[in-house]
Amino acid sequence: MARMELSSLAKRYGQVEVLREIDLTIEDGEFVVLVGPSGCGKSTLLRMIAGLEPISGGELRIDGRRVNETAPRDRDIAMVFQSYALYPHMDVARNMGFSLEIRGKPETERRPRVAAAASTLSLEPLLARLPKALSGGQRQRVAMGRAIVRQPRAFLFDEPLSNLDAALRVDMRLEIARLHKRLAATMIYVTHDQVEAMTLADRIVVLNGGDVQQVGSPLDLYDRPANRFVAQFIGSPTMNILPVTLDDRGLPRLANGAAVPLEGLAPEGVAGRIAEIGLRPEHLVPGAAEGALVSGTADLVEHLGSDTNVYVRTEDYGTLVLRVHGHHPVRSGDALHLHARPGAVHAFDRDGLALPRRSR
Amino acid sequence: MSASARRVPGETRARPNFIWRHLIEPYLYISPALVLIALVMVVPLVIGLSYAFQSVVLLRPSAGGWVGLANFAQLWGDARFWRALGNTFWWTFGTLVFQFAFGLGLALLLNTQFAGKRLVQALVFLPWAVPTFLTALTWSWLFNPVIGPLPHWLAALGILSEPFNILGDPALAMWGPITANVWFGIPFFAITLLAALQSIPGELYEAAEIDGATPWQAFVKITLPFLAPMIAITVMLRTIWIANFADLIFVMTGGGPANSTQILSSYIFTTAFRKLDFGYASALAIALLGLLLAYAVVLLALRRRFVRI
Amino acid sequence: MKIAITPDQLIFTEGTRLFPSETSFGNFAKVITQTDFLAYFGNSLIVSLGTAGVTTLIAAGAGYAFSRFDFAGKRVLVGIMLVTQMFPLLMVIAPIYKMVAALGMLNSLTSLIVVYTAFNIPFATFLMQSFFDGIPRDLEEAAMIDGCTRFQALRRIIVPLTLPGLGATLGFVFTAAWSELLFALMLINSNDAMTFPVGLLTFVSKFSVDWGQMMAAGVLALVPSCLFFIFIQRYLVQGLTSGAVKG
Repeated sequence: MARMELSSLAKRYGQVEVLREIDLTIEDGEFVVLVGPSGCGKSTLLRMIAGLEPISGGELRIDGRRVNETAPRDRDIAMVFQSYALYPHMDVARNMGFSLEIRGKPETERRPRVAAAASTLSLEPLLARLPKALSGGQRQRVAMGRAIVRQPRAFLFDEPLSNLDAALRVDMRLEIARLHKRLAATMIYVTHDQVEAMTLADRIVVLNGGDVQQVGSPLDLYDRPANRFVAQFIGSPTMNILPVTLDDRGLPRLANGAAVPLEGLAPEGVAGRIAEIGLRPEHLVPGAAEGALVSGTADLVEHLGSDTNVYVRTEDYGTLVLRVHGHHPVRSGDALHLHARPGAVHAFDRDGLALPRRSR
Repeated sequence: MSASARRVPGETRARPNFIWRHLIEPYLYISPALVLIALVMVVPLVIGLSYAFQSVVLLRPSAGGWVGLANFAQLWGDARFWRALGNTFWWTFGTLVFQFAFGLGLALLLNTQFAGKRLVQALVFLPWAVPTFLTALTWSWLFNPVIGPLPHWLAALGILSEPFNILGDPALAMWGPITANVWFGIPFFAITLLAALQSIPGELYEAAEIDGATPWQAFVKITLPFLAPMIAITVMLRTIWIANFADLIFVMTGGGPANSTQILSSYIFTTAFRKLDFGYASALAIALLGLLLAYAVVLLALRRRFVRI
Repeated sequence: MKIAITPDQLIFTEGTRLFPSETSFGNFAKVITQTDFLAYFGNSLIVSLGTAGVTTLIAAGAGYAFSRFDFAGKRVLVGIMLVTQMFPLLMVIAPIYKMVAALGMLNSLTSLIVVYTAFNIPFATFLMQSFFDGIPRDLEEAAMIDGCTRFQALRRIIVPLTLPGLGATLGFVFTAAWSELLFALMLINSNDAMTFPVGLLTFVSKFSVDWGQMMAAGVLALVPSCLFFIFIQRYLVQGLTSGAVKG
């Protein structure tokens, strides 16, 4: 299998820097998800690893060997495209066996390997069909089958689920997770959907504007975002950000004068640097007026069944979101006084960098 | 460990790779096309431009050499040139208006559903498959006063006093090639406009209907603005093409009678082909080129001004 | 106007039926046995097939490059190709005549093929480019990841998928070459090398016009282009329009 090392990897189109100095090591058998808003360079990075996009600077090594100039066909990696990129003039079996065919493997070797992959993905009844006679989900499976058949060193996925409807997306997500468990192969997966990222990844790489914002396990990113961007990108609904002011003793206070509960934060980091605090919707609780961090009026109430999202209009901070349990009696128009769960406050300095949190 | 320490000779070809992908490989695919175009179009074009300032008459090999603007001076005083110029306008715009009107009508028709649509569509596109010389010959037969049906029909309808030869009457002769050309060119407009019509999202019409638009309003407010870019480009390309198109006239009337159907391009061809006066033919061609360029510039400026999508 | 667009076949058969002394069949026999039209037909077939084949091959290469590569000078080249579509071809008729004459290639079908090929390349290139543009890049990339070289991807994925486009281009260029009159008139004057249109026109001016035979010959001329037309009609609409939008 494959260990990948990206050192100072960069991509430029003329003067435009698309990716700056990416340093990342992907361990053998690891499932790494590249996630970020559109235009952050995540697909470009994946395509550079695949060899479809020339590398402008830095170095890419697979299992210790530099592959910057190696053609895609010699990198021994498989890729699943967003569009699936099935060959329209070949039936499913030939699509899946094409890479073996190109490498001159005989029919006797191709057939059992295609059959094995087809049975893994329940594609047997479809082997003789052309891609145009398949549904979206079936095409997606064929694209995965085509990758599996090769038994490559690593799998690359470029937003493979974004063309599927919601229910199928969940199914295929599970399928990919199972596949990774079974094959224990290195997988690199690009998506803009943070749910996919959180559910699939061993480690998530958050990209924005051509820079790596943070690398870490899903819970790391949720619990200890490195900066405001990651904090707001991971988690849904997004984290509420509230600017704070420092009183004459240097302690952060909210607009109504309430002191910020700092128990989750490492005390040495906070002093003098804190500019904003962040509170996830699930970490806000309605309560008594006394001691509330912020008060406002419930504006919209979204019932999701298991949870309820409440959008609260406040005088000082615009609209905040909080999440309460599914049958909470709150109604639109109710006055709400919000408190933070203990230890749940995130804090950021003026540049949006997260202040250190107490280790648990 | 530094990156360069790991490099194996021959493995670092980033620059050559770039040059190969962006300079060499594409030109490998394009070069045959480029060489042919240069040889058969660009080089002759340059030579042709130079001919305009020389005396090149194959029938008089002694005549030769640079004559400056003499060819253009001759052109200025050539009554046939001015006649041909006027005829060119007449021919081009007369044809264009009818081709466009019929083409648009047929495209609108074919954009609806009706029984026998496939047959009509095939018939509409058919003239395209007919070689030009056949079109020309067929129409000269149709206009033939002895054996062709058209003069008799026109006489029967009372449009003509008697079935005489339209192509032989200097006042009417131009209508012959124009009719043939209209028939010949309708498919072009029908096809391109039909494709443009089909690219208009149907929801727009539904939205307009819900908003209370009449069919006429929908046509003016939705169809025409969407067609406008296609109309602009097809009209421009077609004007140029028609102005250059001498085959029909050459075969049907040869420019006669009395030069009444001579357009610039047929005049160029006749001068080159019959008189073998290449110098003067080139001067005529430059005049035509200049006119077409001016036309294209004006039309593009208009398009920029009026077409918003 | 519908009447004017009714099939030529009808007009032709009516035309021949106007001669009560002869059946249309007799005219065909006469045309084939007593005139050189069979030879003209052969010449035209050679020229048109040659032009169509060579043009399509060259235009496919150029169209592929325009569709798939981003390279220095691309915009200039596209501009040049567009301009060649606009300037009067008659402008180059005299220089080409002199060049061909200087090479001693008058009355040769090869020179006609070369000239026609050059004239048809720009449009055929745009047509082919639009077909290539219709094939997602992902497919080539998938093939390259699957182990293909660029050339293998071209041969095993792109070419099979672009066959309809190649066919349409072939048909379009064939029809154009089949109908060309003026350059053939200029470059060919020996009876042996005449193409069909030239032969027909010479036939008309040489003899008092025998409309029956002429139209019979005309129907013959119609056959190949109609066959091609039926074959390509579907693809042409799609190719032409996408090309036109780009232009």
